[in-house]
Amino acid sequence: MSEFRTAKGGRICRKTPLNFSFDGQSYAGLQGDSLASALLANGVHFVARSYKYHRPRGIMSAGTEEASALVGIDRGKGRFDTSTRATTQELFDGLKAQSQHCWPSLKFDVGALTALGSPVMSTGFYYKTFMWPKAFWEWVYEPILRNLAGLGRAPKEMDPDNYSSIHAHCDVLIIGAGPAGLAAALAASQSGSKVILVDENNEIGGDLLNCPIAQIDGTNSWDWLAETEKQLASLPNVTILTRTTAFGYYDQNFIGVVQKLSDHLGSLENKPDNKTLRERLWKVRAKRVVLATGSIERPLVFAGNDRPGIMLATAAKTFLNRYGVKVGNRPLVITNHDSAYESAFDLAEAGVEVAAIIDRRAKISSKLVEQAGKMGIEILLGHTIVQTSGKHRVCSVRAAPVGENASIRKIKCDAVLMCGGWTPSVHLFSQSRGTLTWRDDIGAYVPNNYTQDATSVGACNGDFLMSQSLNKGAVAGLEAAVSAGAKAPKSTSYKVVNEALTSDIPVEEIGIFSTIGEGKAFVDFQHDVTAKDIGQAVREGFHSIEHIKRFTTTGMATDQGKTSNLNGLAIASAALERPITEVGLTTFRPPYTPTSFGVLAGYSRGDLFDVTRKSPTEKWAEQNGAVFEPVGLWRRARYFPKTGENMHEAVARECKATRTSIGISDASTLGKIEVVGPDAAEFLNRIYTNPWSKLGVGRCRYGLMLGEDGYIFDDGVVGRLSEDRFHVTTTTSGAPRVFARMEDYRQTEWPELKVWLTSITEQWAVIALNGPNVRKLIEPFVEGIDFSKDTFPHMAIREGMIFGVPTRLFRVSFTGELGFEVNVPSAYGLGVWQRLMEAGKKFDIVPYGTESLHMLRAEKGYIIVGQETDGTQTPDDMGMNWAIGKKKQDFIGKRSLVRSDMLAPNRKQLVGLMTNDANIVLDEGAQIMGEKSNVIPAKMIGHITSSYWSETLQHSIALAIIDGGRARMGEEIYISMPGGFYPARIVDPVFYDPEGERLNV
Amino acid sequence: MLLIDCPYCKEMRPEVEFSHAGEAHIDRPADPSSLSDEEWESFLFLRSNRAGICFERWYHIHGCGRYFNAVRNNVSEKFILTYPAGQKRPSDAQIKGALS
Ligand SMILES: [Zn+2]
Repeated sequence: MSEFRTAKGGRICRKTPLNFSFDGQSYAGLQGDSLASALLANGVHFVARSYKYHRPRGIMSAGTEEASALVGIDRGKGRFDTSTRATTQELFDGLKAQSQHCWPSLKFDVGALTALGSPVMSTGFYYKTFMWPKAFWEWVYEPILRNLAGLGRAPKEMDPDNYSSIHAHCDVLIIGAGPAGLAAALAASQSGSKVILVDENNEIGGDLLNCPIAQIDGTNSWDWLAETEKQLASLPNVTILTRTTAFGYYDQNFIGVVQKLSDHLGSLENKPDNKTLRERLWKVRAKRVVLATGSIERPLVFAGNDRPGIMLATAAKTFLNRYGVKVGNRPLVITNHDSAYESAFDLAEAGVEVAAIIDRRAKISSKLVEQAGKMGIEILLGHTIVQTSGKHRVCSVRAAPVGENASIRKIKCDAVLMCGGWTPSVHLFSQSRGTLTWRDDIGAYVPNNYTQDATSVGACNGDFLMSQSLNKGAVAGLEAAVSAGAKAPKSTSYKVVNEALTSDIPVEEIGIFSTIGEGKAFVDFQHDVTAKDIGQAVREGFHSIEHIKRFTTTGMATDQGKTSNLNGLAIASAALERPITEVGLTTFRPPYTPTSFGVLAGYSRGDLFDVTRKSPTEKWAEQNGAVFEPVGLWRRARYFPKTGENMHEAVARECKATRTSIGISDASTLGKIEVVGPDAAEFLNRIYTNPWSKLGVGRCRYGLMLGEDGYIFDDGVVGRLSEDRFHVTTTTSGAPRVFARMEDYRQTEWPELKVWLTSITEQWAVIALNGPNVRKLIEPFVEGIDFSKDTFPHMAIREGMIFGVPTRLFRVSFTGELGFEVNVPSAYGLGVWQRLMEAGKKFDIVPYGTESLHMLRAEKGYIIVGQETDGTQTPDDMGMNWAIGKKKQDFIGKRSLVRSDMLAPNRKQLVGLMTNDANIVLDEGAQIMGEKSNVIPAKMIGHITSSYWSETLQHSIALAIIDGGRARMGEEIYISMPGGFYPARIVDPVFYDPEGERLNV
Repeated sequence: MLLIDCPYCKEMRPEVEFSHAGEAHIDRPADPSSLSDEEWESFLFLRSNRAGICFERWYHIHGCGRYFNAVRNNVSEKFILTYPAGQKRPSDAQIKGALS
């Protein structure tokens, strides 16, 4: 057993030794140790280099607030966690930890030796030093800084761990299972109300774990704790979650909570099932929240306060009482608060020689003096520390009377325990948008006005005594029980003896700092911000605390200033010569402690990251070698390459087959809405630019939809199935917004119309067949539909059966060829597709994807909303005035079409482009110029919206929008692309079969 | 995440089921073509954009599919009242009542 492990006591299991390594060196610890306590038990204090100055740092706390002892934990491939607090990492057998911010090693670190040491690294150095010359940033400063700075290294592999999430609803959520939280849980649970109690530690108890000598109602505190735990665990309405942090407090008592499930178990790498969860996200909605989040001890700000071995006084007490570890053989205490005496007395009781207690206060209670005297501990009243020594661990301090740099006395020690009072942990309360009030007696802010149904109890509310925590916790629990409907709840009161000491703090001692003496006096240990830095920020003109925070970066590290914020405020207040209450507060934001991306993502990763919508033939396409592309949420076949074909060759083949025989394509992704009711036609009259009243039953029409602003919103073919029933189609990605828009007008603007809307996108599979042989292919398999050219013309819809399956058969075309769209119930989509493929063999039927679809429609000059349009095109811009019902009194967007700028003569208009060189395929999005000129700024007259190689025409074609384009037919224009200027001619956008003869066969 | 009381479902449902649909109580003119450019501009573009109590439209998109109106404090984000579309704008007294 090491000399620093006590002979007895603590909550570690002395029978279960564990091996671990730090920077490759092997050590032994015990079950129940934290990494920090295990290192201290081995006499290791120096565990890190600081972020900015690369100063040696030790372990400065025993808990969540740790700002110095940040290490990397290696749990196997892809499981490397950076900046883990050694104080919260539970020890497991085989744990591998390593130090950060040092190269090549912790003890010999280049960063600490270079000029990047102190003088250039003054505050605001990020903003000032690297401003000039510009190129130096990229080539010199940044690479050096990236090597030297940063918060450890991130793993490069994918995170192999599993994470889950759960929604939970409860009557009372209690955050913190110290005395206040436990008393609240006991009281609240009596009513049978549903209670969730969370605590970030591996066991419940909070401060009770540090106070084995206290007695609650005559019972030893640890026995009381065990009894309480047993009682709560036996209640079916109570859920206790340990290793669980409430990290964010959101609207209406919605709390984000992370439960760590396996970081304490060691590597999951060899777990065969790979099902062990690492963390679970609890999304808790609580009727009432009891905040029992405790308080955090403040460091004292004095010269050289950051050497390894210097820590918060309560940390030494925790290491001793909870882990059975002495932080040194000759610790020294510096304080301005009574609570530090507790640490000195507990250590002395355990046989440790306390070097001295240096108390900044001139006067203290006689009881303390008496007790120290009994224990043989010297007290230096009205003194402070002006210097500390020790390269990799503190070995002595120089003490002097407060405010002086004389009468210096050197005191040897191997640890310094500091206490500057206590700061209630109001982080979650503040996140809930509650407001705080300043208390001079404790020198801290406490909760004041609540905006949510919550209450704060115990130390987080400024009540530091264990008895106060228990009794106020019980009251809060009782209130919660009553509001949850408890009939006759029992009130409880607790009596505590031997509870931990506390005291007020003299006003002049709040956030006191001293820069007298040699060495830097640190405020923010993680970001290396000193008291002088804050003073300098104020001198440089930063007067708002939010600006001071950002300029100095104090409180902006991963610990979010848990130990530094209040000291920083007090120092700023002194520099600004304004009372602390007028300096203001910085904002508390979630998360309370660092939270993994993995747990926030939860199940939403890989295939579950987002919904993938699949059409009925998606599997068939997959089996037949389709290359897919995402279209909105849909996974659509892009083209179907045969062995050895590239996309260009496949598309050429697909297009040729469609123009000469038959192409088949899955158009199921088109949005589909059934519009039904006596006023269905009138409804469509108002929604679309086109007129609908006179559309005959069994006929279709291309419909164009505008926004109220007059710009094209969506388009699609609408078929009239009967007087009162329309089958509307929309673009693939526009379907949800078209449906929402139609519902909006139906419900809120025209509630008098008798019309009903149903989304039928998922109900109907759509197989588009295009090409001169299509009629010949399908006619034999269709029943109940007359196929003769005159009775079933282009732009018509019929209902019947195909392969014995009901169909809504559209005669429409998006390719310019004879076209039919076979709508069948989705479940039959694949079957009908396969039968058509089989029957189509004799016509050499070819499946095609979105690429050929785009190509074929571009040859016909058919626009795609969202490709030719970008939300600023009118029907006239697209040459589609023919789609406007001129006689209609109104439709959505009509009024905007006559605004003056909508009628301007030089608006961008849709045109076709033929390149002078047939083989140049223009870049989509490329800018168009009227002249070949390098004069800057060049005058752009438009841009390319679609561009393809046309196999049919054996020529590159493009669609574009150009200023006043329709009046410029035949003009030569120039397209600017990376290779130079490419000349092209403005032509009609319909490249192929302008008379439309192929449609009407 | 806020809870929103859908006046049609008559249930408090989480915010993710809803989408915001702009300012409430802006009626589409009966005959837009009879409006001057200024009147149409005002309907099309001008919104009150006040901080504090505001009247909004919400769409229970992943629920009943109904549009409804809400009185909300857009500073505290809190919903004060929700009511069916077409119903009159609540009076100050009603809003005060709901707040207390
Ligand atoms: Zn609803």
